[in-house]
Amino acid sequence: MRCFIGIDLGSTTTKAVVIDEQHRILGRGITNSRSNYDTAATVAKQEALLSARFHLFREALGTSGALNGGLDEFVGQLERDFRLEQFLVQLADLEQVCAKSVATARFGEAEKAVSTALGAVFARLRQEAPELFAPGAKRKSDFFRDIAGSRYLAIGEEVAKDSGLRYDFLLNVFDRSIIEVENRVYLDSLAPHLLAALKRTFKALPETAARGEAVRAPIQGVLDMPLEEAYVVGTGYGRARLPFSKEHVRSEILCHGLGAHVMYPHTATVLDIGGQDTKAIQVDPQGIVESFQMNDRCAAGCGRYLGYIADEMNMGLHELGPLAMKSTKMVRINSTCTVFAGAELRDRLSLGEKREDIMAGLHRAIILRAMSILARSGGVRNEFTFTGGVAKNEAAVKSLTELIAENYGKVTLNIDPDSIYTGALGGATFAWRAVMEEGKAIEKREAA
Amino acid sequence: MSTPIQIVPGTRTPKKPPQVQKEDSMWLQKELINGNYHELATAHEMNRKVSATFVPGNLNELLMCFNFARSLPETNALQNGMRKKSGKMIMDAERDGHSEDVCTYVKADLGMMLQGQVGPTGEALPTPDVLLLSYTGCFTFMKWFELIRQKYNCETVMLHVPYQGDGKISKNMRDYVLKQLKEKVIPTLEKVSGVKFDIDLLRQYMRESAKAEEDLVWTLQSAKHKPSPIDGYFGAVYYIGPIFTAFRGTPEATKFYSVLRSEIAQRIREGKGPVTPEGEHPGEKYRLVVEGPPNWTSFREFWKMFYDEGAVVVASTYAKVGGVYDFGFRHDPEHPLESLAEYCLGCYTNLNFPQRIDMICKYIDEYQADGLLINSIKSCNSFSAGQLLILREVEKRTGKPAAFIESDLVDPRYFSAANIKNRLESYFQMVKQKRTATAAH
Repeated sequence: MRCFIGIDLGSTTTKAVVIDEQHRILGRGITNSRSNYDTAATVAKQEALLSARFHLFREALGTSGALNGGLDEFVGQLERDFRLEQFLVQLADLEQVCAKSVATARFGEAEKAVSTALGAVFARLRQEAPELFAPGAKRKSDFFRDIAGSRYLAIGEEVAKDSGLRYDFLLNVFDRSIIEVENRVYLDSLAPHLLAALKRTFKALPETAARGEAVRAPIQGVLDMPLEEAYVVGTGYGRARLPFSKEHVRSEILCHGLGAHVMYPHTATVLDIGGQDTKAIQVDPQGIVESFQMNDRCAAGCGRYLGYIADEMNMGLHELGPLAMKSTKMVRINSTCTVFAGAELRDRLSLGEKREDIMAGLHRAIILRAMSILARSGGVRNEFTFTGGVAKNEAAVKSLTELIAENYGKVTLNIDPDSIYTGALGGATFAWRAVMEEGKAIEKREAA
Repeated sequence: MSTPIQIVPGTRTPKKPPQVQKEDSMWLQKELINGNYHELATAHEMNRKVSATFVPGNLNELLMCFNFARSLPETNALQNGMRKKSGKMIMDAERDGHSEDVCTYVKADLGMMLQGQVGPTGEALPTPDVLLLSYTGCFTFMKWFELIRQKYNCETVMLHVPYQGDGKISKNMRDYVLKQLKEKVIPTLEKVSGVKFDIDLLRQYMRESAKAEEDLVWTLQSAKHKPSPIDGYFGAVYYIGPIFTAFRGTPEATKFYSVLRSEIAQRIREGKGPVTPEGEHPGEKYRLVVEGPPNWTSFREFWKMFYDEGAVVVASTYAKVGGVYDFGFRHDPEHPLESLAEYCLGCYTNLNFPQRIDMICKYIDEYQADGLLINSIKSCNSFSAGQLLILREVEKRTGKPAAFIESDLVDPRYFSAANIKNRLESYFQMVKQKRTATAAH
C-alpha cells in the first residue's frame, strides 16, 4: 500500500502523519524531539506507521465482522497491550544500560548496593507496568522517557530510603542511561510485539479468544501488507536535519497553512502557537499561503512559556488550562517574557492573588501577544483555525475566543483535537501532491 | 534606515579568506574606500580640514570645493559592522548611557569615539572640523550630531531639508534650501576651511557626478534583464559605495562606474547572473524587490540565504538611499546650487509613504519581480514606522506576495539567523507555490 508521510520536527515534539492514496489519514505519531532530530523523525514516523496499522486493523476487523460489536473495546485493548509490550522491551533495555552505567560510574564501595537497588527498582517497575496501561489509566505523558522516568524516580526514592543508599546515585544512573535508550530505534519489532500483545488481549477479553482465527487472520493480513513510503516531506525547525533532499523539505508556514486547509477547507486565517514560535498565516481558498507573520528574536508567549510556568508551579503542562478555567477574577499579567515569568508569578502570589486567577491572566497574556501577530499578518478572517500544542489548552482557547469576538466580531473558530498534527498533515499532503499530481518519486539525500 | 556601502579589504586583514569572489569593480571600490580612510587619517597632517556629513542627499561636490577630507558617520558604522567591530562599540555606548532602543548607527559611532576613534581600517579618524547636518528625512540625524558636537565642540551647520510630506517638491521648498545653501552653508564652509567658494569648480565636479550617475543607473537597471546580471541589493551595496559617499564628483568615481558598466555589459552578453561571494549565482529562481537596508553584521550569511535558494534582488529602495537617479534626476552643472537642493529634497529618505509605495510598485512591475520583501530595522524609528502599511498596500496593488523580516543595521544581537532563514525560505516557497497555482488556473 502506498503511503504519503509528513514529518514536522518541532522544537518540543516531532509529529508524523501518514495518508493513503485516497488522501485519508491512516495514522499519526508523536515523540519528544530530544537533542537528536534524526531519531525523533524516525520514531515519529514509526509511531505514525504503527498507528496506521491499527487503523487498518480496525478497518479489516470491522469489514470482517469478526468482533460483532466488540470492535472498539478489542482494538483499544490490543493497542494498550501493544504499548505495554513496547514499554517492557524498552524497560529491559534501560535496565541493561543502567547496569552498564553502574559499572562505569565509580561508585566505589557503594557499587554493589546500587546494583541491588537497581534490581529492586526495575522489578517493581516491571510489576506495576500493566497498571500503567490499564483501561482508563491516566498518564502525564505517552513518551517512554516521561513514564519510565517519573516512576523510576518515585520508586527509586523509596528503595534508596529503605536500603539506606544515597538517592542521587540512582538519579545519576538514570540520567546517564536514559538518553541512550531514548535514542534507540526499535525497528522490525512490530510483528513480534503485536503477536505477544494479541495473546494478552485474548486473555483480557476471553470471549474474543473464542473467535481466535477469525480475529487473527485479518490482523495477520494487515501485518503482511507492506506500507510503502511513496513520498516523505519534512517540515519544522529541524527540517534541514532530515535525511532527504531539498525537494522533500517544506517550510512549516506552508505546511501549517495547507494542513489547516485540509482539516477545514474554508480556513482563511491560521494561528499556530507552538513551542518556540507563534505564526499567523493567511491562506487563499486553495490553502496557498498569502502572507504570514511570526514572532521574532524572542519566544515570549509561546508554548515554552507555559512549560516553564508549569515547572515553576510544579504541575503538568496540561494541568495549567483546567486550573485557569477555575478563575473567577481577571488578573492582568503584562510580561510574556519566559525569563520573567517566575518573578511575575511569585509577585502575584505574594500579593495574595489566587493561583487559578494568575493562570488565567497568563493565558490571556499569551493570547494578547498572538493577537498582535495576527493583526500584523492582516487580521482574522472567517474561518479561523487555531493549531499547535497550545490549541489543546482550554484556557488559551477561551481567551482567544473572547478576544477574537471583541476585535473581529463573529468568526467561526476551528480547533481540531489533532491540531498538533497540522504541520505534519500539510507535509503529508505536499507529499501526496508530489506523487499523485506531479508524478514525482522519492529520492534520498546524498550523504552530506 | 540610513545609509550605504563599502566593503573593505581582505588585503589588510590577513585572516580573511582570499578566495571570496568579487567583480573587478568591487575590488576597485574597496581601494577607493580604503583610500578615503587613509586620507581622513592623514588630513590634519596635510593641513586639510575634515567634514562629517550624512549620506542621504549629501553635498559631496560642495564639500570638495573647500578641499575637505570627508567622513560619513553611517558608513563608518556599517564598515565597523561588517568587520564585526560594532557589537562592542554599541555596548560601550550603552554603558555610557544610551538606551537599547537608540539607533545602532549612532551607538556604533559614539562607541567608536569612546574606544579612541579608531576607524574601520585601523587608522585613527580625525576630529571633524565641521559637521554638515543635511537633515534629509531621518529624524535621528539632528540628535546624532548634537551628541558629536557636544563631544568635540566643533562648528556645526544645519541644512534643513523640508520633508516631501505632500509627495512633491514645491518651488518654496527648493528656494528655502537654496537660500540656506547661499546664506548659511557656503559661508560656514568658507569660514572653517579658509577656502573661497568657486562655483566653476562645483560645476566641474558636477559634470563628473552626472557621468557617474548615468552609468550607475544603467547598471542598476540592467537587473531588468532575465536573468539579472546583478543583485540589486547585496551587489548594489558595492555599486553605490563611491557615489553615495566621498567620491561623487571625482574622476575616480567616474572611472569606477565606467568599469562597472562594461563589466555588467559583458555579463549580459554572456547571459550570466550576479556574482556572489561564493562565485557565480546558482541560477535565478526568484526575482525580488527589497525595502530596507541589509543587516551589516551578518551580511554574507544574510546574502547566502538568498542565493542558496536561487533568489536575486532585482531592485531595492536601499540602493537609492543616497539619491534617487532612476527617475531622471542628474546633477546639473548648469544649475549647480539648484540641483544640489533638488538632490537633497529627492533622496529616498525624504520621500513620503505614497511615493515609497509608488516606487516599489513600479519596481515590481518594471523589473518583473515576484514580490516584495521588507527588512525592517529594529532600532530605526524613522523608517520602520509604517512599513507594514507599505507591505499591505503593495500586495493589494500588485497582487504579488510580500514578506516581512526584522533585523538590525549593526547590532549583532538583533540578527536571529534561524528565524530569518525560516521566514525567507517560507517566503520563497510561498512565491513558488503561488506561481504554480497561478499557472494552473
